[in-house]
Amino acid sequence: MTDTPVLEVENLKVHFPVKSSAIQAMGQALFRGLKGADASAQDERLIHPRVHAVDGVTFQLGHAEILGLVGESGCGKTTTGRTVLRLLKPTSGRIVFEGEDITNRKEDKLRPLRPRMQIVFQDPHAALNPGMTIGQAIMDALLLHETRDREEAKASTLRAMDEVGLTPAEDLFSKYPADLSGGQKQRAVLARAIILRPSLVVADEPVAMLDMSIRAKILELLLELRDRYGIAYLFITHDLATAKFVCDRIAIMYLGRIVEMGPTELIFRDPKHPYTRALLGAIPVPQPGRVRERTLPRGEVPDAIFPPAGCRFHPRCPVVLPTCGWEGHDFVDYLDQRRLNPKQAHADEAVIGEAEGWRADLFEARRRLRNQDPGAVASYVRSILPQAPEAMTKAVIGVDVVDDEVVVRFRNPDALLPKEVAGRIVECLLY
Amino acid sequence: MSESILQARGLKVYYRTKRGPIHAVDEVDFDLRIGETLGVVGETGCGKSTLAKSILGLLPPGSQVDGSLKFRDRDLLKLRPTEFRKLRGEEIALIFQDPMTRLDPLMTIRNHFLETIHVHRPEISKAEAIELAAEALRSMGIPRSRLNHYPHEFSGGMRQRIMIAMAIVLKPKLLIADEPTTALDVIVEAQILEILRDLKRSYGMSLLLITHNLGIVAEVCDRAAVMYAGKFAELGSVNDVFSKPIHPYTQGLLASTIHLETNKLRSIDGLPPSLLSPPSGCRFHPRCPHAKDICVNEEPAMIEYRPGTLAACHFGRDFA
Repeated sequence: MTDTPVLEVENLKVHFPVKSSAIQAMGQALFRGLKGADASAQDERLIHPRVHAVDGVTFQLGHAEILGLVGESGCGKTTTGRTVLRLLKPTSGRIVFEGEDITNRKEDKLRPLRPRMQIVFQDPHAALNPGMTIGQAIMDALLLHETRDREEAKASTLRAMDEVGLTPAEDLFSKYPADLSGGQKQRAVLARAIILRPSLVVADEPVAMLDMSIRAKILELLLELRDRYGIAYLFITHDLATAKFVCDRIAIMYLGRIVEMGPTELIFRDPKHPYTRALLGAIPVPQPGRVRERTLPRGEVPDAIFPPAGCRFHPRCPVVLPTCGWEGHDFVDYLDQRRLNPKQAHADEAVIGEAEGWRADLFEARRRLRNQDPGAVASYVRSILPQAPEAMTKAVIGVDVVDDEVVVRFRNPDALLPKEVAGRIVECLLY
Repeated sequence: MSESILQARGLKVYYRTKRGPIHAVDEVDFDLRIGETLGVVGETGCGKSTLAKSILGLLPPGSQVDGSLKFRDRDLLKLRPTEFRKLRGEEIALIFQDPMTRLDPLMTIRNHFLETIHVHRPEISKAEAIELAAEALRSMGIPRSRLNHYPHEFSGGMRQRIMIAMAIVLKPKLLIADEPTTALDVIVEAQILEILRDLKRSYGMSLLLITHNLGIVAEVCDRAAVMYAGKFAELGSVNDVFSKPIHPYTQGLLASTIHLETNKLRSIDGLPPSLLSPPSGCRFHPRCPHAKDICVNEEPAMIEYRPGTLAACHFGRDFA
């Protein structure tokens, strides 16, 4: 065991610009002109919309360690995996691979490191060139990075195929991907990844495409290769059960942030973050009659272009506090939610008009009034707020009339920092 | 035994290909009872989706169907396409795996509903149809204001709710769900499963749920059918199938499923067979740890080894 971690990632951010159409671009330019110098943070987000795919992620990966990056689609796990291998460019932060800072390293300077950092993709059918035999596909990596001697390369390739259970290797060497089953193809992809003896393999959902009855074998193989060659894996998955089985440590991601990270056993035995609890509670268990009472989070993962303020999980959190980041959006969503009840919908519409008229501006929600009496609208809003989730109601610091607008104001959220709680890192104001 | 809404006897579906016929569904018998949820579970290529398509009359041209498939006294295999169209969407509805590709991106949600309702019940006025649509959406937690929105304005889970709302708007007797949550995240999946459970309770609908996920079957279904290489390997109450599996394939599938309680990895040796030339005798014999000569030579019949539980295994008695 060496002291330097294989991989150190510090406050990594990866943002993607949102492509806009010519008309949208004109609108944005116009908006920028109108706002001029007094553009708020919210305005800035409208002018330059960006997908906050990864938004401040910090972790380390030790020698021969398996760290699971777990989360739902769109949480940034795959982007994190690709960026640490520098297949994508980070927006900010630091990536250190085997002690060398590779955050901004150029491609030609990265190439000598590539043999030591490999990736295994989810879809083995797409990861293999259909026009190349299995042997060629695996051997190519060797010929590119290590040796020019084809005989030697072939011998190593056959050995690697043996190691991943692609047997008889001699026969399969000259087969094409189409002749292999899904499991065999994933073995070939693994052989290609390990033949250069990497210290780091990013395994992105390596068994998600495979049938249940063959998944276990591939996972066992991953563990075996780790033991034999001391490979560290960044194991990316949406499947907590698989992660539980394979990983030493687990990092739960939500909307670009790690919300909880620690030893696997600890996190599964006693999850601390409400999101981790929700994820664990939602997994269907193949044991009939064990249907557990669960409080599912409301709704779905929000848009990563406008991630919620404060804790990103707050709009869905079952144990949310007034300090978690309530904002104008939440008020607009609340009005929308009320429309499911025809009576409320009717009453709301009569006094305050349609929910579309409301505009969320960070910690405020405002609505311009045309013919209504501002005082009456404000007092109606105050009267319906107590029916909202308690934490949200408590986060409101005022419902005021400003000029011809009614403004619902929320308090600023408390600062959210990762804390050490019972042997793991948690980012939640409950602790 | 309560009355059945759907009855399959010796159901066979063959696909013709250049390399010979593919026996996607081969001699399948089952009953779906009124108000029951039956889960059909199996791995890729076991024929479970073909089974669903045959009930919906959506098999590709050139496929050959045999046996009988009765839906409330009508033989579905003898229906003409126009009759099938009438049935589908009104009495038999379906929910697909990928809601995005099933909604027309150029049509508002309102028009999706109007079209469905108009095709089946032209006598319903537009205003009434919109009321029906709004009510169905509301039951799925989507406010009526969103009727005017287009599919791309909804998230994946919302789209699946819309699909379900459209499927139930005419109160069908039978709902077929083909991997309804496979494209969704685990929390949204749990939300949709809750909705399916509620539907069963409130409408008394029969549900045929096709999935590869054993956890979903355990949580939502009353009975489970395990399919392997075009045939039913085992059929019984969910409790029986999961706690006392008879067929070695069911045993293997359960053991190889990785879930939160898993503490040892297991897998089934070998690979599922090609349906072009399925193995002789019991189709599972090349992968079965208990296979004997008889398994190679003789095809096992579905036998009731325990009350209500059938399995196709020569040694079922030993495992029952």
